[in-house]
Amino acid sequence: MSIGLWTVVFVGGSFALYLAIAWWARVRDTKGFYVAGRGVPASANGMATAADWMSAASFISMAGLISTMGYAGGVYLMGWTGGYVLLALMLAPYLRKFGHFTVPDFVGDRYDSNVARLVAVICALFISFTYVAGQMRGVGVVFSRFIEVDINTGVIIGMAIVFVYATLGGMKGITWTQVAQYWVLITAFLIPAIAISIMLTGAAVPSVGLGGNLRPELVDGQTVSLLGKLNQIQADLGFSSYTDTFTGSWDKANVFFVALALMLGTAGLPHVIVRFYTVKTVKAARWSGFWALLFIALLYVTAPATAAFARYFMIESLNGKTAEQLPSWFHNWEKTGLILWVDNGDGVVRYSAGDDNEIFRSGMLSKTELSDLMVANQKWIDSGGIEGADARVILREKKLSGPDIDIIVLATPEMAKLSNWIIALVAAGGLAAALSTASGLLLVISSSVAHDLYYRVLNPKATEQQRLLVRRSVIGVAVVIAAIFGIYPPGFVSQVVAFAFGLAAASFFPAIVLGIFTKRVGTVPAICGMVAGIGFTSWYIIACVFFEMAPWTFGIFPSGINPQGIGVIGMFLNLAVTLGLTPLFPAPSAKVQDMVDSVREPEDAGAAVEIETAPEH
Amino acid sequence: MAVLLAIWFVAGLGCGVLWADWLNQFTLPGTAFPLGFWFAQQGSIVVFVVVILVYCLMMNRLDRKHHDELVRIRKEEGR
Repeated sequence: MSIGLWTVVFVGGSFALYLAIAWWARVRDTKGFYVAGRGVPASANGMATAADWMSAASFISMAGLISTMGYAGGVYLMGWTGGYVLLALMLAPYLRKFGHFTVPDFVGDRYDSNVARLVAVICALFISFTYVAGQMRGVGVVFSRFIEVDINTGVIIGMAIVFVYATLGGMKGITWTQVAQYWVLITAFLIPAIAISIMLTGAAVPSVGLGGNLRPELVDGQTVSLLGKLNQIQADLGFSSYTDTFTGSWDKANVFFVALALMLGTAGLPHVIVRFYTVKTVKAARWSGFWALLFIALLYVTAPATAAFARYFMIESLNGKTAEQLPSWFHNWEKTGLILWVDNGDGVVRYSAGDDNEIFRSGMLSKTELSDLMVANQKWIDSGGIEGADARVILREKKLSGPDIDIIVLATPEMAKLSNWIIALVAAGGLAAALSTASGLLLVISSSVAHDLYYRVLNPKATEQQRLLVRRSVIGVAVVIAAIFGIYPPGFVSQVVAFAFGLAAASFFPAIVLGIFTKRVGTVPAICGMVAGIGFTSWYIIACVFFEMAPWTFGIFPSGINPQGIGVIGMFLNLAVTLGLTPLFPAPSAKVQDMVDSVREPEDAGAAVEIETAPEH
Repeated sequence: MAVLLAIWFVAGLGCGVLWADWLNQFTLPGTAFPLGFWFAQQGSIVVFVVVILVYCLMMNRLDRKHHDELVRIRKEEGR
């Protein structure tokens, strides 16, 4: 069977499964949209959290990023798993004990103010929208290659599916669907990784293969380690070494800041925190934190192996080849514009870090711009450099050197010539990753607006029907906005997502930690802190990315702080503002102080609030 | 918990970032991994999982202890 047919089977089959689960959960649970009930076991909740958590960025882009960044790609691995430790240790059990439904709910009640609630709602919306845009983009990339539609159409199809699925779902439906999606995405990630690992190194565990030796028949009978060979190839072509630390702009300060920003951001992501409200007890909340990280770690320790394998395959199968020798995966992906070959006239592909590089991507260029460029390049070759233009120079100036990182995971099975069904499975996995995260985020968006904004602030007397209507329309509007972001993205998938983390780190993380661990911090300082943190962080990111402001160096960091790492400074600013203002304002009311006490009390001294029966819901 | 957070910091940001360049001169025994690189891409994740597991076990034991104490106090009051 062809790849196309297999893809239809896998993608169609998995979609049917998700919809069936959503339908099953809906029929049984008509009571509440947000409430998963108490019936979610810790391990299943961990699995759902893992699926919720592992977005299109983790599945599609992360291995690609590591592949091009080498050592520095570890920031994503450490950041996205390390943050989990903070979440599981410092936040999740306490928030579960508190027993409300959304993050703005906690902020609003803890700081006893609708203004605080409003600020939190705005933060949650901002974070969720940036994050969901990345998912939509991932959906588009998968569709454009495997179902052969263009990326924008792919985004629209993905948007339609998520809409059906998110309105059908409800928290319970979403949770169980995410359990199914976890299995789809983890099998889709592990099977090709294991197959390639065996092919290259003979080790069945990719993490072991990464540190092992290449099969002797691949390197003329010598004993060479994969990483050693990769370092040598990279050096030959002028790229920086794969395993060496702190190359280029990724100096120690930046690696540190970005990793820490991702960690703090992880702990502050509203759609992940919400997950911990769905289990029965505080104990279960702790266990689901553990299960979640275990399930996430399965993918995360494999990703660096996939990255290195793909890097090796990519260079070996492209560099020095003629047009006839180019592998078929290249031609398949060339159609999507994620990888391009711009010849200098000698008919041989060169993939390097220098000026003679001939491998590019089309980025945001439109189809006509691109074909004009290729025509000009052909003219330039034919006329011996008198007419036309050297497209390589133009693309290099547009910073489009090298293939798009998103193809690494998606194209690796093809590079390694694995069977068609594995390639199709990867497509289904990518979609599962994107859809599970998108549905979790849409739930946060709809609950933030319908519950926190509409019901708790604007119209506390709203009837059940009114709230339901608001909730449905919010999802509709949110999906459309997310799709627009997906079609005109402010960067590639992982970068978009990384910005969401900076914002989460600067707003929620300090507000929640201070809310749990101090009783003194009052309303005004907390609001000022959040506004300062998120304001500073988004200003820095927007200024750096869109207005080309030079990154700040603070006089000590030679290459300036990467906008992805600025969330750390934002967080400290938030803490400084909040704690600095605290002595000037009154302490919170006795009611709030009691609440903080009860949240910190050990389990069983007083039962955790039952979400379903809590008066506000 | 402070100890666990310290382990988190040392394994992730310490070995994975701050001392990674120094650790890279060693390789993980039996493999071709430079040590700093290994910590950044593999080791830190494994350590994180273990940290959470230990936390779960410890906190749940603590909770049980509190619960037992509470039951005992209530019994004594009941007499």
